[in-house]
Amino acid sequence: MLNHLTISELTARLARREVSARETMQSCLDQIQRVDGQVKAFLSHDSADALAQADTADRAIAAGESHRERPLLGVPVAVKDVMAVRNHPLNCGSKILGNFRSPYDATVVEKLRAAGAIVFGRLNMDEFAMGSSTENSAFFTTRNPWDDTRIPGGSSGGSAAAVAAHESIATLGSDTGGSIRQPAALCGCVGMKPTYGRVSRYGLVAFASSLDQIGPFTKDVRDSATLLEVISGIDHRDSTSVPQPVPHYAAGLTGDIRGLRLGLPKEYMIGGLDPEVKASVDAAVAQLQKLGAEVVEISLPHTDYAAATYYIIAPAEASANLARFDGVRYGARVDGADPIQMYCNTRGAGFGPEVKRRIILGTYVLSSGYYDAYYLRAQKVRTLIRQDFLNAFEKVDAIVTPTTPTAAFKAGEKSDDPLQMYLSDVFTISCNLAGICGISIPCGFTKSPKLPIGLQILGKPFGEETMLKIAHAYEQATAWHKERAPIAG
Amino acid sequence: MASSDFDVKYVAHLARLKLSPTEEQKLGTQLENILSFIAKLKEVDVAGVEPTAHAFPLVNVTRPDEVRASLSNEDALRNAPSKANGLFVVPKIVE
Repeated sequence: MLNHLTISELTARLARREVSARETMQSCLDQIQRVDGQVKAFLSHDSADALAQADTADRAIAAGESHRERPLLGVPVAVKDVMAVRNHPLNCGSKILGNFRSPYDATVVEKLRAAGAIVFGRLNMDEFAMGSSTENSAFFTTRNPWDDTRIPGGSSGGSAAAVAAHESIATLGSDTGGSIRQPAALCGCVGMKPTYGRVSRYGLVAFASSLDQIGPFTKDVRDSATLLEVISGIDHRDSTSVPQPVPHYAAGLTGDIRGLRLGLPKEYMIGGLDPEVKASVDAAVAQLQKLGAEVVEISLPHTDYAAATYYIIAPAEASANLARFDGVRYGARVDGADPIQMYCNTRGAGFGPEVKRRIILGTYVLSSGYYDAYYLRAQKVRTLIRQDFLNAFEKVDAIVTPTTPTAAFKAGEKSDDPLQMYLSDVFTISCNLAGICGISIPCGFTKSPKLPIGLQILGKPFGEETMLKIAHAYEQATAWHKERAPIAG
Repeated sequence: MASSDFDVKYVAHLARLKLSPTEEQKLGTQLENILSFIAKLKEVDVAGVEPTAHAFPLVNVTRPDEVRASLSNEDALRNAPSKANGLFVVPKIVE
């Protein structure tokens, strides 16, 4: 079954002409047909367009183009419904965009195409990437491929579930406070949030502009490195993309991590951490030591304030970013007697409850009289949180933590309690505030029911090479990433 | 119970968001909980700490001032809920 292949396995076979891009794409489409009624990872996909792109890739391969120049030639990659793909729908999991179709490609999509990828499908997500379960999607809730009574995590739940259910070879998601790493952990795949500024945000619908970053979901760490290299780099259409050279990430996966220093933050071993998650992470740390890494305890003293800081800064930025959805230029307009009424009616009808909650919260913390007490104070605490990490990185090469406090929770379990839902991201939020990079890789399973557990590795700013090297060395010494959700076949 | 200084109606107006009475009540209570959670930031000593707006502040990012291809008028209007003569149509603003 070609849909089960990794990027590196698939490109090797494509290069040897053993398989075609069309057969591979068809195999993913067949899998979607077979399982997506249950998993519900995709909001939509255009099979004819995907197969046409596959044929183009097959012609390029026949004409002698190689994977050296175009590393994703013939590889299906599906994208979260928050990135612009020309002429495809773009809804951000919301009703407010109506029948919107993107007039242009996001930079990451241009880069995927240039690398030869087949860009297809719209993956489900929490509305405007606000949520941790996909239950805030205006369309439907995606199900965890390991247990369909449970959520896949979020906000990039569709992106994680599609990889775990082998409906696509790889996918892209976006991460503002854990929206790639948390669902990757809960679905048992590899999910990476690059350093802020590593990947262009042009064509990514903004949630919190100082925190958002696009990143890959893959079946193994090597694929993550390959995909990161393709999508990284400065872009003159995103003034926050950073002019740092893009290394050949896959070349750094040597398996040798002897002498690297790993920090274990004592503040992350909190109450509320599930014993099975803790046991798996402890075992992973022991494995990393066995591979020659040196493990030391570190302190990130402001950890306890990260969630509160995040839930001021992210909604504040969101309230400003989402002002553009006013019914004037695009989306589902609801008329009113004057423009103000039209804005209020359009936004009242178009946004779901979580988005309204965050817009109200963000507007409040930015409003006259409260700005200093909430927003400015949160920005100062953000400085302290970032400083915690920079201090720690003077002593260690990477930081190792659980990705989430528990395995996947049940659908409906937290959907009525926004604060409990927010706290499910407690280990992933700091990474975005600090602007560093992070990856979640599979490191075990709970016993009954069998659900994936994720190990988070946090790297220095632009330290993706070392972070990937550690993740890869661990992965090669274990077999967790080879376990397949029963539904994936 | 919403606190006296959190006026959900006023904030909703600032945000140009029409809420039903049920939504107003529910949001009022939920935001009260969230605000009391984020109030823990008051414990932190931030004296002398500079705020962080961006983890990697780049300043004066410019490109050469050259004319480049951009969205055509047609593409820009493709998703418009209402349009005429190459323009977006909105409710009357000036009497």
